[in-house]
Amino acid sequence: MMNKMKIPISIILVLITIAVHSCAISQEIKDQNLIATTCKNTPNYRLCINTLQADRGSAAADVAGLGLIMVAAVKEKSREALSAVNKLLVKSRTNPKALQQCRDAYKAVLEGDVPEAEQSLRGNPKFAENGMADVAVEADSCEAAFGGKSPLTVVNKAVRDLAVVARAIIRNLL
Amino acid sequence: MELSNSIRWGLAVLYVCFCFAFFDKNGVEASHRVFKQFQSLPPNVTVTQANRTGYHFQPTKNWINDPNAPMYYNGVYHLFYQYNPKGVVWGNIVWAHSVSKDLINWTALEPAIYPSKPFDKYGCWSGSATILPGNKPVILYTGIVDDKNTQVQNYAIPANLSDPYLRVWIKPDNNPLIVADKSINSTFFRDPTTAWLGGDGNWRISIGGRSDFNNNISTGVSYLYRSRDFLKWVKAEHPLHASNGTGNWECPDFYPVSVSGGLDTSVVGPNVKHVLKVSLDATRFEYYTLGTYDVGKDIYAPDPDMVDGWNGLRYDYGNFYASKSFFDPIKKRRILWGWANESDTTDNDVSKGWAGIQLIPRTLTLDPNGKQLLQWPVEEVETLRGNKVELSNKILNKGESVEIKGITAAQADVNVTFSFESLDKAEPFDQSWDRYDAQKLCSQKGSTVEGGLGPFGILTLASQNLEEYTPVFFRVFKDQDKYQVLMCSDASRSTLMDGKCHIKDGKDAYRPSFAGFVNVDLKENKLSLRSLIDNSVVESFRAGGKTCITSRVYPTLAVNENAHLYAFNNGTQTVKIDSLNAWSMSKPLQMNN
Repeated sequence: MMNKMKIPISIILVLITIAVHSCAISQEIKDQNLIATTCKNTPNYRLCINTLQADRGSAAADVAGLGLIMVAAVKEKSREALSAVNKLLVKSRTNPKALQQCRDAYKAVLEGDVPEAEQSLRGNPKFAENGMADVAVEADSCEAAFGGKSPLTVVNKAVRDLAVVARAIIRNLL
Repeated sequence: MELSNSIRWGLAVLYVCFCFAFFDKNGVEASHRVFKQFQSLPPNVTVTQANRTGYHFQPTKNWINDPNAPMYYNGVYHLFYQYNPKGVVWGNIVWAHSVSKDLINWTALEPAIYPSKPFDKYGCWSGSATILPGNKPVILYTGIVDDKNTQVQNYAIPANLSDPYLRVWIKPDNNPLIVADKSINSTFFRDPTTAWLGGDGNWRISIGGRSDFNNNISTGVSYLYRSRDFLKWVKAEHPLHASNGTGNWECPDFYPVSVSGGLDTSVVGPNVKHVLKVSLDATRFEYYTLGTYDVGKDIYAPDPDMVDGWNGLRYDYGNFYASKSFFDPIKKRRILWGWANESDTTDNDVSKGWAGIQLIPRTLTLDPNGKQLLQWPVEEVETLRGNKVELSNKILNKGESVEIKGITAAQADVNVTFSFESLDKAEPFDQSWDRYDAQKLCSQKGSTVEGGLGPFGILTLASQNLEEYTPVFFRVFKDQDKYQVLMCSDASRSTLMDGKCHIKDGKDAYRPSFAGFVNVDLKENKLSLRSLIDNSVVESFRAGGKTCITSRVYPTLAVNENAHLYAFNNGTQTVKIDSLNAWSMSKPLQMNN
């Protein structure tokens, strides 16, 4: 009796192992697939993939979670931009009027658009979409304020590109 | 032997437990912090007067959105609305509250509903009022219960019915009344309607939402709930209505209409049609259908010729959203409130200190043709009319315009009827054009693009040398054996404010060329137009309210006494202004100040 029972138990254990591991692997493939399919629906696949994968939480996130990760990236980059603007205001003689406009633009992003997106993304995503759409415009308006001689081109473009991707991700929720 | 057997079983169980531990990833989410302090204006913010409206509903500062629970009670009209007490974007939402005796002068009260209980701790979103038998008002609203914005439906009642202004509202502890069941996506489950009585004497309400994704865009749903006592609600087996591919439905509104006037929400009968209106999350437009409410089966079916989707009839082809109607029992009319957000950037809103207005309330009636609704500004708005200017029998040849002087053009009410001798010069309607994308056609064929019959209309909020203007105009097309009238309210040249346009798919989100197409009977060779002009908003109504378009604009030159109003014609067909009446509009004495 005992001998007959040994073999089935071993086989059962092996089968369970295979089943569970393949479930775990297929779940991971699904998660990576979610990131990939989500990013394919944005205008900048590379930027989207790189930004999302840099966040540890992205592997297990749903689409709304991926959107929030991207909004966090927009916030981070906008802080960088505002910081750069403030440094230039203090230290340089660069076009102060344009810098002031940039300051207003990025303050609106950080005090308005980003918190609005964070609060509304789950459940009321149209406000999050509006917020991210506005971020792109604010970054563009900062750039345009210098009339072609902007010292902030790189960071403005970075903010803009991230905001455009964030908006596209949020669009999936509507 | 027995021990090794136990060990084997023990190992097996342990093994399986480990495997389940790896398997269960559902709980882990991307981490994010919820910011409760949010955007706040510095305490001494100045609200600038630039672009503020003169006679439209708005509070003194900050963000507003949906109108909530409009109602009439004991001689007083109430309007509640979504309000952010801390900033100029959506967030920290509470129910602000204002009252009026005449729908024009408004007194602001303290917020009526704000997060205070577990069932609305994270937010008090939109809802409606029902007046129960015995003249007892009750509000149903959506409460937010966690930081994922999970939605439930709650009720609130006045603390003191003898307070004529119903200032204080209480939320009993037997809330929430309705929680989403497993078949419902609980983050898209909101905006309960005014209740109506069914044939069995029980109450019904509808709640907006969506069912899960099918082919990229979900099915919009208006869930149906029933109750005998207004407290215990049971979900019906079927929704009131649903439509594939429309996306999430917000702010459903379901009510009867007739040709003669407004009706109480519970009325049914042979001369009555029903309206179901929904607001579309995905497009920021609303659309409605006319149809039949089968009282026995408790289900709504749009009439067969109704378009039930993104291309359907809209209350307003412009900036008009989250609308809600109510029955005014005194004047027996159904009144519609709608919200218009700002059409400028967030940094502009931060510097002006406010964002969002409510449009002038409109009466809703059924067009005698039975195929659409008519809207018209409530008659009370005419009490604001001041100085009047008239013009009649004025011919406008191609390229001609006439200035309407003697009124405050930035704050005016203008009513004009154009006539023309013939339809022969109407341009052909190109069959390859999308019949449902009037906005695209308007952006391509603006008011300065010459036409046959049209473009003719008015130039509102115009600067002296026409550097800025917002034209509201018609262009008539011959479409095989019938005529299409394109009505445009075009913001694309409304302001010199620089740099902030944002073109996508040929459309400017900030300065859109709003437009609507409606078939109209042109037998009399006339087209009439009314516009309510108010600094940063132009609300226009065609032919008695068959087509309505609202635009938000931010002129920099055409402000106050430097704004002008013209009538114009850029079509080869001569048109005549049969009659034009224009009034300066005063500010109400009370506007939430």
